[in-house]
This record gives sequence, structure tokens and C-alpha cells, in this order.
Amino acid sequence: MQFFRGGSGAPLLLLDSGFSFQHDLAARLAKTFNVIAPLHPGFGGSRRPEHIDTVDDLAYLYLDLLESFDLRGVTVVGASLGGWVAAEMAVRCSHRLAKLVLVDSLGIKVSDRETPDIADIFAIYEEELMALLFRDPQKFKIDARALSEQALACMIEDRSAHALYIWEPYAHNPKLLGRLGRITIPTLVIWGGNDGLVKPDYGRKFAAAIPNATFTTVAQCGHLPQVEQPERLVEEIVRFAGDRRAS
Amino acid sequence: MKAYFFSECAYPYLPAEYDSIRVKLPNRIYDPEKGAQLFHDYIDEWVAADELGLDLMLNEHHQTATCMNSAVPLTAAILARVTKRGRILILGNPIANRREPIRVAEEMSIIDCISHGRLDAGFVRGVPYEISAMNSRPVDMQERFWEAFDLIVKAWQTHDGPFYWEGKYFRHRQVNIWPRPLQQPHPPIWITSTSPEGAPKVAERGHVVATFLTGFDATRPVFDAYRRRRAELGQDTPLDRLAYAALIYTGDNDAKAVAVGEKLLWYLNSNRVPMQFVNPPGYHSTATVMKIMRGAGPFAAFGRNTTADMELQKGVLFAGNPDTVYKQIKALYDHVGGFGNLLMMGQAGFVTPDETIKGLELFSREVYPRLKEL
Repeated sequence: MQFFRGGSGAPLLLLDSGFSFQHDLAARLAKTFNVIAPLHPGFGGSRRPEHIDTVDDLAYLYLDLLESFDLRGVTVVGASLGGWVAAEMAVRCSHRLAKLVLVDSLGIKVSDRETPDIADIFAIYEEELMALLFRDPQKFKIDARALSEQALACMIEDRSAHALYIWEPYAHNPKLLGRLGRITIPTLVIWGGNDGLVKPDYGRKFAAAIPNATFTTVAQCGHLPQVEQPERLVEEIVRFAGDRRAS
Repeated sequence: MKAYFFSECAYPYLPAEYDSIRVKLPNRIYDPEKGAQLFHDYIDEWVAADELGLDLMLNEHHQTATCMNSAVPLTAAILARVTKRGRILILGNPIANRREPIRVAEEMSIIDCISHGRLDAGFVRGVPYEISAMNSRPVDMQERFWEAFDLIVKAWQTHDGPFYWEGKYFRHRQVNIWPRPLQQPHPPIWITSTSPEGAPKVAERGHVVATFLTGFDATRPVFDAYRRRRAELGQDTPLDRLAYAALIYTGDNDAKAVAVGEKLLWYLNSNRVPMQFVNPPGYHSTATVMKIMRGAGPFAAFGRNTTADMELQKGVLFAGNPDTVYKQIKALYDHVGGFGNLLMMGQAGFVTPDETIKGLELFSREVYPRLKEL
């Protein structure tokens, strides 16, 4: 498994969103925490072992990672796909976890069967997707033609891996909502106030299903606060989890 | 050479402007009365083709005006009963998108029985814009295709009671299909591959490989890949293992025939499909997606204003008087190293039943006898 590791302080596992937009959240958090940020298998040019092809597999993979480093008192921060994985970890086994931060997380179904909670990112135009993801889409537009061969190949493979993990049931586990009550550690649910992909109200429902959770929004921000408002996101995470001592 | 008449059962009455002919074109545009008439016309055309001594080909697509035939076993079953002698080729069953391969095995068995063993059972992975209709995952689709395929073939060939199947994609504890196919050990199998990467696996199993509208440039690599793999296995490649699909119209004279050929191009020119449906994640190889993102690669020809001249040059369209059509087919035949099955898209868009059947009459009388000798 490939991962970034850096910083000192309380351990923090950072699980990325599945979207191929550059950000430096791991480095920013490393100023306060001892950060481990794995690449989800199949992303960033990494090899995906054949037996890993579901969010469930990712949850066990990262639980095993915490085990193999013998980390305790870990804050798990997950965004979008990563938030879903973090929640799946926490409902399974939280004895190594201290706190949970879910950022514009996928993973649950809250509306009725004919109302999508999460827009179908694979069935819309690039421009429509950008408008759902960002408060200010122009700022983050990627020009595929300007990318190197390697970067373009990497982006294409990221998209395949993303689809592999979230295709069906689309971006959620029908069982997860009913299991969120098992999460007893302090949890912060953070949402981009302008998230068009997964609306803030979905985040409120996510938080309401977790016994010890609070909900907050980041203003002027879409689905990816780590890309669009990284300073504000880091402030929130540090305020929530930064006072812990390394254990 | 054998010739199969193929109609994709288009619904040609499109609005002047539309964003996508696939996946999301609202079916309010589809007039059920007109559609009903079209179905009858298309079945009549297949019946006429059968009477003219041609074999018949059908296919299936979903959520698209290019093809109303969204459940091909139904139309194939009708032809099994109302036609008399032609082979009935389904090309194909989109088994990477069908949730129940066992059901496909059963459907094919019924058609084979009703037709008295005239079924050619074809299987396709399905074009990229088919995945939405079945919500089927484009990643690892090939793997799912081959598991479904193996399950169907085993279901056809197992006659001693239930067998067990717990694969990665399909799980059954009691597989024992009734009826079983009439042809033994099973109907002939066809598989499409429009790129050289897909052909070797078909070659290993010795099934017919079919390629669509690949013309002079892209057909030979597919056939060569097939022949090469056969040669590696110490097997030859009879011509009947290779099939090529083109748009074809035979007329009294070149000008008239090309005019109808131009109408067949509705199939290409109306096929506007947005990138998100052409290029779903994981469907194509990374190298292919890189080409698509730079405006090349497969599907680059769709939705453009192509002309008869352009497609005649490419070997995608054959149109002219009988002599011309023979020469056009023969030129491609020679260029690609020969093939034994010609799949003729002889109806598309606004080509009328009269035009279609006249073209088939001329073809079967004046062109087909010469092709049979190849």
C-alpha cells in the first residue's frame, strides 16, 4: 500500500475523496498531527490487489493498517468516498479510534427510493459535475490536454477506481445508516455549505444518526473543502481533534 | 460467403435538436403507433430476406432511438416461427449487462427449438452507452462477460441434472435448464470484437468473431489477431470463423444505390452521444481513453456528418449496382485476408420497406451468387 506519512502529534488517518483534484490537506494537517494518508488502491497510479474492490475491503484494509502500526487514539478524517470508508471502519471496530471527522461524506441512503441523495457523477457533462463539486468551478478546472501523459493516465485510472468502489448501490451501503448508532466516539460532520453533489441536509441526517456527533458547514465551499477551503477545513479539524496528546 | 440481412430496428423520427440519442432521449418522442408499424415493417423485411435465401441477423440496444429492439429474444422468437429457412443470428445478447445468464441460456434454447435449430447465438459485451440502462458496472466488464458466457455454455451442455455455480458475479445452486437447445452440443457461437485485443480469446474457443464497421483500416488487425492465435494453437482459421458488418445497398445503378446508401448513414449521423456515455469509467483501456480525450479513437466517427463517399472509401458502406457492390465487397475481402460471413445492415433511418426489399432482391439475385463462390 502506498501512503504519505508525516508530522508529529496525535495520529490521524486521512482518507481521500476519490476525486482527482490536487490538495495539500495531508501536509497542512501534519503541522498538528502525525498523519498517515494512504492512497486508496487503484488511485494515484497505485496497483489494486484483485481482492480489494469494495468500500468494505477498504475499511478492513485501513483497520489492518492501524493494527500493523499499532496506532491508538487515532482521529480518522475521511472526505466523500473516504468519509464513507471512515464511517464503515467506525461501525466495525473503534477501539483504536479517538475521533471521527466526516467531510461531505458519501455512504448512506436517506431519501425515498425515487429521490437521489447523490447526483450521478458518471452520467453528466464535465461542466455539470464541476458545478456540483465547486462553489467556484472555474478556479479548479482541469485541462486534460495540458496534462502530461502520466498525469492523464493517472486521472483516467482514478476515475475507474472511483467507479469500482461506488458504482452500485450507488455511493452508499443500504445497511450503513442503521449501523451508525454503533459509533460512540466524538464525531464531527463537516459539509461544504454549497455542496451540490451531496446537499448539506444529507450531512445533517448523517450527523443525526451518530450518537455523539456535531454538524458544521464551511461557507463558500462545495463538495471538496480540502480543495476549495483547505484553511477553514484544517481549522475545524484542529479545533475538534487537535488538543489530544499523542498516545 | 454467407450473407445475413440485418436491421437495427431504428425509430427514425427524431426532433431537429437533441443532446443524446442514447440513454436520456425522452421516450415521449417515441410515438407508439408509429413504432408499432415500424416493428411490423421490420419483421416483414426479415421475412422477405428469408424468402430470398438470405440469413437473418438481429441485435439489441437499450434506451435509444437507434434501435427499438430492446429485448432481442422476443423478435428472434417471432422470426423463429414466421421464417422458414434462414439462420437467425442474434448478435448479440449483451451478457455483461444481463443480470441472469441462465435466463439467456433458456431464451436461446427456446428460439433454437422453435426455429428447428436455426439459431446462431451471439454474445456481445455491449457498447459503452448500454451500461446506464442496466446500471451495470463498466469496470471489469470483460471478466463479467466471460463468467456469464461460461455459465450459459455449461447450462446448455449439462444434461444430467443440476450443477452448482458460485462464481464472482453469478451464483446458483440448482442449474438445470429446460428446454435445452436443439443443436448439439449447442448453437453456433458468435462473439464481437472491434479491436485486436478481444479477438485471441474468441480464437482460443474457436467461435466466430465479428467486427462492425471497421472498414479497410481496422478490420484486418482483428482478423489477423484471431488467425495468429489460432496458428499459435496449431489450428487453422476457416473463413466461416470471420464476419464483417457493413452498411449495404444494391440498386439498379450506382447513383440510385448511393442515394439510398446515403439514407443508411442516418445510423452514423444521428448517433450523437455525449462523452459521459461514450466513455464511462473503466469501460475502455487507459490508452483508448487517452485517445478519446484527444478526439480520436473509437466512436470518433459517430454523430458526425459523414457522407456516402467517405464511407464508401473506408469500406464501411457498400453501395452501387450489383457489379459495383460485388467489387467493393471483394476489395475489402482481399484487403483483410478473406472472411466467410457478411453482415448486411440493409435498412436504417428512413430507408423504406420497398427500398429495403428491392435492394435485397437485387443483392440476392445478382451479387450473392458471386459472393457464395468466395
